[in-house]
Amino acid sequence: MSKKIVIDPVTRIEGHAKISIYLSDAGEVDDARFHVVEYRGFEKFCEGRPFTEMAGITARICGICPVSHLLASAKTGDKILAVKIPPAAEKLRRLMNLGQITQSHALSFFHLSSPDWLLGWDSDPAQRNVFGLIAADPDLARAGIRLRQFGQTVIELLGAKKIHAAWAVPGGVRSPLSPGGIAWIRERLPESRATVKMALDLFKNLMTSLTTEIEQFGQFPSLFMGLVSKNGLWEHYDGQIRFTDSEGNIVADGLNEDDYQDYLGEAVEKWSYLKFPYYQPLGYPDGIYRVGPLARVNICDRFGTPEADRELQEFRARAGGIATSSFFYHYARLIEILAALERIERLIDDPDITSRRVRANAGINQLEGIGVSEAPRGTLFHHYQVDENGLIQKVNLIIATGQNNLAMNKTVAQIAKHYLRGTEITEGMLNRVEAGIRAFDPCLSCSTHAAGQMPLHVQLIGSDGTVLNEVYRH
Amino acid sequence: MSVKTLTIDNTPVAIAEGATILEAAQEAGVSIPTLCHLDGVSDVGACRLCLVEVENINKLLPACVTQVTEEMVVHTNSPKLQEYRRMAVELIFAEGNHVCAICVANGNCELQDAAIQVGMSHTRFPYRFPDRHVDVSHSQFGIDHNRCILCTRCVRVCDEIEGAHVWDVAQRGENCYIASGLSQPWGEVDACTSCGKCVDACPTGAIFRKGTTSAEKERDRGKLEFVVNAREKREWTR
Repeated sequence: MSKKIVIDPVTRIEGHAKISIYLSDAGEVDDARFHVVEYRGFEKFCEGRPFTEMAGITARICGICPVSHLLASAKTGDKILAVKIPPAAEKLRRLMNLGQITQSHALSFFHLSSPDWLLGWDSDPAQRNVFGLIAADPDLARAGIRLRQFGQTVIELLGAKKIHAAWAVPGGVRSPLSPGGIAWIRERLPESRATVKMALDLFKNLMTSLTTEIEQFGQFPSLFMGLVSKNGLWEHYDGQIRFTDSEGNIVADGLNEDDYQDYLGEAVEKWSYLKFPYYQPLGYPDGIYRVGPLARVNICDRFGTPEADRELQEFRARAGGIATSSFFYHYARLIEILAALERIERLIDDPDITSRRVRANAGINQLEGIGVSEAPRGTLFHHYQVDENGLIQKVNLIIATGQNNLAMNKTVAQIAKHYLRGTEITEGMLNRVEAGIRAFDPCLSCSTHAAGQMPLHVQLIGSDGTVLNEVYRH
Repeated sequence: MSVKTLTIDNTPVAIAEGATILEAAQEAGVSIPTLCHLDGVSDVGACRLCLVEVENINKLLPACVTQVTEEMVVHTNSPKLQEYRRMAVELIFAEGNHVCAICVANGNCELQDAAIQVGMSHTRFPYRFPDRHVDVSHSQFGIDHNRCILCTRCVRVCDEIEGAHVWDVAQRGENCYIASGLSQPWGEVDACTSCGKCVDACPTGAIFRKGTTSAEKERDRGKLEFVVNAREKREWTR
């Protein structure tokens, strides 16, 4: 008799979700679904608001990556004003995004995911968290927390607040970086770099014992999408869209965000509030693609900074070229922190960073604008239509986590197939399924544009729809 | 001119006949919360924040529009008044759509200040979530009716100082709104001189300069005083 296992809620991710695992009559995993059970309605209630408020409103979608929405929204606003923002403003926005990537990746790696590898997959779930990590390895935990603090403080030094700073505005930014801010960043950079290198060494050593996870955690071919700069360098703020396949072949390059509807489709399934974007030329669901750290590291030619480029070479050597296992997201995240720190170091030496010429003023010169930037979790699109006075008529937000939706579903199915034995729901199996999701560092608050705590609920459901086994974890 | 003597919160005050309790309180150094009152323009008693108790009168009186009388005994801060004031502010919050986090006036808002002053931590009344609109048809300014508390400062400042009378109050009761011209889009009102006094007068983020984003609203209240002095006293210094 076929069955379904439901994990609800999924823990240590940003947002609320559940997982259903469907078993066939033979008791084998047939399919798995990652359900996002939050609904928020941002796209709807922004209608009628002045477009200048959008950066402030959409930043409130998320407390982890408000900067991403702030930047994508401000860039969309730039398009509506039809202005090229001052060079200093672009550099300052880049600096804030690098701070954001650092803090968000540090959170994902140290606080959310590392307890799985460092404390053990089957360890007591009550201890398998950042507090358990603090007890087991206080120095590592402290270093991770301080790395996140570094990124958060970069954001605060620019926007006066760590979270929800409404500092990027259509036309530029509100204020430059102070000399005191530069001095603080310069002083803390060496420690941050040392932490990331220590984490890289730790992760590389662990990888030898994690070969099963690397093979089973979302190891499949797919497209990868992200921004690259004109010369193919790793990009996080501007540039053009590139798609590559699992062999590293460029499938599409030089794509402009303005044309996203030509190459991205958005499918909807009844069982999730999270949409399913796909690469249109290949259709749904064959157009599955991944975004985020793994995609950005896979699609770029190089980083353009020495230490990150050295790490990229090693990453590609270890992955055998293009990394197709979603477990490599963690590895890619660490290299991205390193790249972010190297770029922050360059930016604070740029005299523009203290320029007072940071904001362009203009009226409504375009009635439609599409902005893109790389959020820590992947490529983020904001698309607004306004009336002639600048009031929002229509909003479409394409969020990084949404774009990984197909890949997350596939990852869950792959892990369940490997680890599920009979109808018994073991703690280790539950955690591995969750960890598969966690590798993507999904942000469901963002992706459903939602709220709440994340407890875990797994249901095992038979072919006739009856719940045969069920586990809750709060 | 005759002088009236009274006591406010046990402080004796002497003030010219015709003065209001609010003016007498200022003279006595007693602070009474206000919201619709604006120095330089007439008072209307719209917000009810300045309600005071006067002995031997069995109802609460708005200090801004109640003239002093001889031997009047006024109390400005009794528990009953504190309760009423807090309720008045709660009702204002529940009536409109006040979302501080994204408001241009966040951190520089007299409604926020009033809420803090009266000790409001939350509103006990259900939010009405009225369906109101935003008018950004003017080339420089916008009005967001969601944030309007109907204090009518804009109406008075435009009529009494600028002399343009662009603004007035339309409809009644819960349907009241501030109308521009003949209830036209603001940008189509020929009478508007684009002076910006209404922006400076507005206590919340309801009237704002276009392009300002959250917490960016700045007011130049000194300009109102300057214009009044220039016109009436022929003083052109600030």
